[in-house]
Amino acid sequence: MSQIFARDRGWSQAYLSDEERAEIEREAECYPRREGLCIEALRIVQQHRGWVSDDSVAAIADYLGVGAAEVEGVATFYNLIFREPVGRRVILLCNSVTCWMLGCETLRARIGYELGIDFGETTADGEFTLLPITCLGDCDHAPAALVGDRHHHDLDPDRLIAILRRHEEE
Amino acid sequence: MERPLTGHFKEDGSALTLAEYRAAGGYEALRKALTGMSADEVLEEVKAANLRGRGGAGFPTGVKWSLVPRGDDAPHPKYLVANADEMEPGAFKDRLLLERNPHLLLEGMILAAYAIGADVAYIFLRGEYVDPARILRRALAEAREAGLVGERILGSGFGLELHLHISGGRYICGEETALINALEGKRATPRAKPPFPQISGAWGRPTVVNNIETLCNVAPIVANGADWYRGLGIGEECGTKLFGVSGRVRRAGAWELPMGTPIRDIFEACAGGMQEGYRLRGFLPGGGSTDFLLPEHLDLPMTYESIGKAGSRMGTGTLIVLDDRTCPVGMVLNLERFFAQESCGWCTPCRDGLPWTRQLLEAIEGGTGRPEDLATLEEHCRFMGPGKTFCALAPGAMEPLQSALKFFREDFERHIEHRVCPYA
Ligand SMILES: Cc1cc2nc3c(=O)[nH]c(=O)nc-3n(C[C@H](O)[C@H](O)[C@H](O)COP(=O)(O)O)c2cc1C
Ligand code: SF4
Repeated sequence: MSQIFARDRGWSQAYLSDEERAEIEREAECYPRREGLCIEALRIVQQHRGWVSDDSVAAIADYLGVGAAEVEGVATFYNLIFREPVGRRVILLCNSVTCWMLGCETLRARIGYELGIDFGETTADGEFTLLPITCLGDCDHAPAALVGDRHHHDLDPDRLIAILRRHEEE
Repeated sequence: MERPLTGHFKEDGSALTLAEYRAAGGYEALRKALTGMSADEVLEEVKAANLRGRGGAGFPTGVKWSLVPRGDDAPHPKYLVANADEMEPGAFKDRLLLERNPHLLLEGMILAAYAIGADVAYIFLRGEYVDPARILRRALAEAREAGLVGERILGSGFGLELHLHISGGRYICGEETALINALEGKRATPRAKPPFPQISGAWGRPTVVNNIETLCNVAPIVANGADWYRGLGIGEECGTKLFGVSGRVRRAGAWELPMGTPIRDIFEACAGGMQEGYRLRGFLPGGGSTDFLLPEHLDLPMTYESIGKAGSRMGTGTLIVLDDRTCPVGMVLNLERFFAQESCGWCTPCRDGLPWTRQLLEAIEGGTGRPEDLATLEEHCRFMGPGKTFCALAPGAMEPLQSALKFFREDFERHIEHRVCPYA
């Protein structure tokens, strides 16, 4: 069903784009075996498509010449590979021990209040997804979070919300 | 005091460029080694310096390197991997080195590769470290352009390819054999040892995995010699170490200090002691998978042996401080939630035991715990102790729990008796 829909738009998730292939081939120079490119391929495809659908898994398996089950096993192991759609920006909120002591639950509650999402949820407008993340290695500036590919620290609820609003405007 | 790891950091917090690193004497150790030292001589220097792995276990680096097959009939390619997966809760030392002085790591990696005869090296970087990734990419490009990476480095007969691998996530990737599986593009479950990676690691070839801080020590050792390095530590201890403190202290941060510095110096002189209105109840001396210590342990020197004798581990050397207004049960629950989530699921005691542990702690913290739960938790500490599981994740997970059950027993009992968290 999704494939038919995709083809209607003149584009199918079941094939890797030229750009995706080129990027995977660049990574291929760094590894002795093609099968070993699984994680790189998943990350590259995710960068282009936002997440990794069943079709994307099949396309990667096909391209690397490995079984789809193999790619699926790898894709579901790693938490930074998203097997479900996510918002345009993913908020990775650190909930490890120091951030927990210094107030990450307050941040989580405030995001819930302002954006209406909890861990694992996406805002209705598809802008933000909130996920917990393990220690971001910034414990002397706790609490910390990643928003998209930007790192923020010394957070308090007001600062975090201001940061999210700024991200939204970009 | 000499600070070979952080002494050249820039005031503005940005990374040293190649030109700046060179102006500070950078890559002179590499030139010295490639023009005047054999691979064996580099290895012997690191051995004599008594450098010990900074990834947590303190394994002597020179000994680790010497287990790699050498000579003309050694299998090739051989691999060197810099472990930048830093995900231990409360650890924030490797990120500092990556962000501030990336060439110190690259020079150490090239020297390490030379010593073990590696052909290819990888930096295994956790995916969330987006700033370090940017900084490392630039440093790598600079090094490649300057002929410091690639064929015939500095005109010598030695060549090395150096790549950056960005991880897909999960704490278990930091365990060295799981890391090797991740590098190969597989699920990151640990491998059985033996064979040790030095004999059969990545793609079945000899592989050395070292921590970032470990590798950052190599260039200074080669440049200044083993005797100089040994003299940096206090007493018998060798070199310096990055120590850190986080939690409710006045000045959380990380500092490079002599190995063997008393904990009190780190906690009071550097971190400024507790914040106004908070009292110190205990601390984890080296990240989330080390046993609690108490205020009475503050005068211990930070050495693998002394912290070990006190019943904990120096681990990453980054202290997590427990204050008197934070619930110890809640803190341990936070840690066990982390460990249960990060178990790779390969072996039964860990896969089933950690979620069970988490559930018991959730019940106690939530006011529905039963008195017999404490004995069950203690039983888990034995079932998941050293040697009972496939890798060290589960025993590490038991360390804060077993020590909390010992030192903060009344807190657990009060939760159960009053059916509520007294700190809430
Ligand atoms: C679950 C687990 C996670 C680990 N994570 C890391 C890590 O993020 N960084 C690291 O250097 N070592 C980590 N280690 C230790 C490594 O297995 C390995 O001992 C270390 O990288 C060796 O480097 P060293 O000899 O230089 O200390 C971890 C170990 C375990 C069991
Ligand atoms: S102890 Fe845990 S993390 Fe380690 S192999 Fe077993 S299940 Fe995996």
